[in-house]
Amino acid sequence: MAKVFQKPESLTDKPMHYCPGCTHGIVHRLVAETMDELNIRQDTIGIAPVGCAVFAYDYFNCDMQEAAHGRAPAVATGIKRVHPDKVVFTYQGDGDLASIGAAEIVHAANRGEKITTIFINNAIYGMTGGQMAPTTLLDQVTVTSPYGRKAETEGYPIRMSEMLAALEGAAYIERVSVHDIKHIMQAKKAIKRAFEYQIAGKGFTLVEVLSTCPTNWGMTPAESLEWVKNHMIPYYPLGVKKEAK
Amino acid sequence: MSKVLMKGNEAIAEAAIQAGCRFFFGYPITPQNEIPAYMAKRLPQVGGCFVQAESEVAAINMVYGAAGAGARVMTSSSSPGISLKQEGISYIAGAELPCLIVNIVRGGPGLGGIQPAQSDYFQAVKGGGHGDYHLVVLAPSTIQETVDLVRKGFDIADQYRNPVMILGDGMLGQMMEPVEFKEAKPRRLPPKDWATTGWKGDRPRAVINSLFIDPQVLEDHVNRIYKKYEEIKANETLVECYNCEDAEIIVSAYGTTARIVRSVTEMAARKGIKIGLIRPITLWPFPAETLRSWAQRDHVKAFLTVEMSMGQMVEDVTLSIDGLKPSHFYGRTGGMVPRPADILAEIEKIRGVNL
Ligand SMILES: Cc1ncc(C[n+]2csc(CCOP(=O)(O)OP(=O)(O)O)c2C)c(N)n1
Ligand code: SF4
Ligand SMILES: [Mg+2]
Repeated sequence: MAKVFQKPESLTDKPMHYCPGCTHGIVHRLVAETMDELNIRQDTIGIAPVGCAVFAYDYFNCDMQEAAHGRAPAVATGIKRVHPDKVVFTYQGDGDLASIGAAEIVHAANRGEKITTIFINNAIYGMTGGQMAPTTLLDQVTVTSPYGRKAETEGYPIRMSEMLAALEGAAYIERVSVHDIKHIMQAKKAIKRAFEYQIAGKGFTLVEVLSTCPTNWGMTPAESLEWVKNHMIPYYPLGVKKEAK
Repeated sequence: MSKVLMKGNEAIAEAAIQAGCRFFFGYPITPQNEIPAYMAKRLPQVGGCFVQAESEVAAINMVYGAAGAGARVMTSSSSPGISLKQEGISYIAGAELPCLIVNIVRGGPGLGGIQPAQSDYFQAVKGGGHGDYHLVVLAPSTIQETVDLVRKGFDIADQYRNPVMILGDGMLGQMMEPVEFKEAKPRRLPPKDWATTGWKGDRPRAVINSLFIDPQVLEDHVNRIYKKYEEIKANETLVECYNCEDAEIIVSAYGTTARIVRSVTEMAARKGIKIGLIRPITLWPFPAETLRSWAQRDHVKAFLTVEMSMGQMVEDVTLSIDGLKPSHFYGRTGGMVPRPADILAEIEKIRGVNL
């Protein structure tokens, strides 16, 4: 019988710990499929964040480093400078990348580090129990914005992709979503394209993935997917933000 | 090789290159700026790579990545910058990565000053960052010794998979002395088969990590690291004892301060006072045994520790001599350097009390 579905070689056999309906797992799979298709698993070094994806070093079946909270782009810089012929990617949440690690991502992008960042925007701090992230939407209730996020006191949700796209060192930046099959296919294409840009040595690459956190959003998995579509996408427009020639 | 006249900071950088260091990540701060400047110029000439990071936080995490990728790598900074690096240093120690960190200490706390100080001793030898760990801390007192210890530091780091710190001060960094870059006999070092170099399946998958969520696993991990520390204590402790044979008072000092104390021993001798100097070269591991064995001698009546701080190493001296003899302290801080005459006056005062 022909196999119609199998686990990518770039994922280990370790069962993932993500909550039901969490889209972290889908994005892991897309990254792993990309590594398989580009045949780069043996030449790839990944960096796990601090956040719900901290155990990514157990899931990706390639050499991995676990970075301090927000510092993945600096760690990636160190690795890539030592091994310029390897493929280096970071996998980071929105607290990790847009808050504590804002300086590191901006400067890695600005230096044009030839790495790929997979940026999981779920509008919340998942791992620590649902605190406000820089990406939390206005009026969104979190445990540290119990009355809803207010622009006057908490500022506005930050659009990292647009901000980073303004930097000369950025070669490929796209925002995607994984709330339905069609968008998952588009997300896969974007991730593959980012890795291809890195391999071609064009500069810094990033794919922002709008993602769910049913647990801390207090929603069912199905409601979460709807919320991405109806609330996140209108504020965080999908599409290519930067594509160097 | 013949001797060349070099500034301390530049000598550190050249010694690192000659020891095979090819990667440097740093951020500007006085009084260590000559190190990154030298590296920026020299590393590209030898196929290496220099990156001026956006902050010390980023710099130390670049060191983490490069060390995890198997490279000989270093960073340098001065006190406020080293404070920022502490989280990364703790991760490096936890993930057991080898690297060299240079701290050309300036006065503190806060922004402090830019003149030489030794007030980062506690931070360097007692942890600095969070968790159970130690750095190996090397404290040279001449530029020649600095150069020799840079190579040794890289070797110790690689042998034990532990970060090593060179604890200097602005005086050592800025002064010029003749140095010789000696051909050192290479240590037999273990292969870096744990490094992330791309996994072809011919070794276990490399994972650089300091997270162990199961407390028993974390305790086992830390216990294993502490076993390593016992080996380091047994094999790497370095100390110089000068003029101690019939000394009435033993003065402990390291780095620049030890140079000053050495000149005091002669001034004291002219006055008929016998002073010895114990100069720890490794501040961690601390030469506790050596201090204790001198404390047991009858001719030694008292100990004095001299530092460019309010008294930090003195705590380790006091612990080492364990009440066998009185332990005194004299220090200047904030970038002020102890004057030989003032140290001698302190010695005479102690002598009046103890002898
Ligand atoms: C220096 C530091 N500060 C805070 C934390 C606690 N912490 C762990 S994960 C996390 C937030 C992660 O949120 P995000 O990056 O959005 O990832 P998610 O869990 O949502 O995927 C925080 C604040 C830490 N580990 N280290
Ligand atoms: S807490 Fe949220 S982000 Fe974390 S695994 Fe659960 S659903 Fe996913
Ligand atoms: Mg998040």
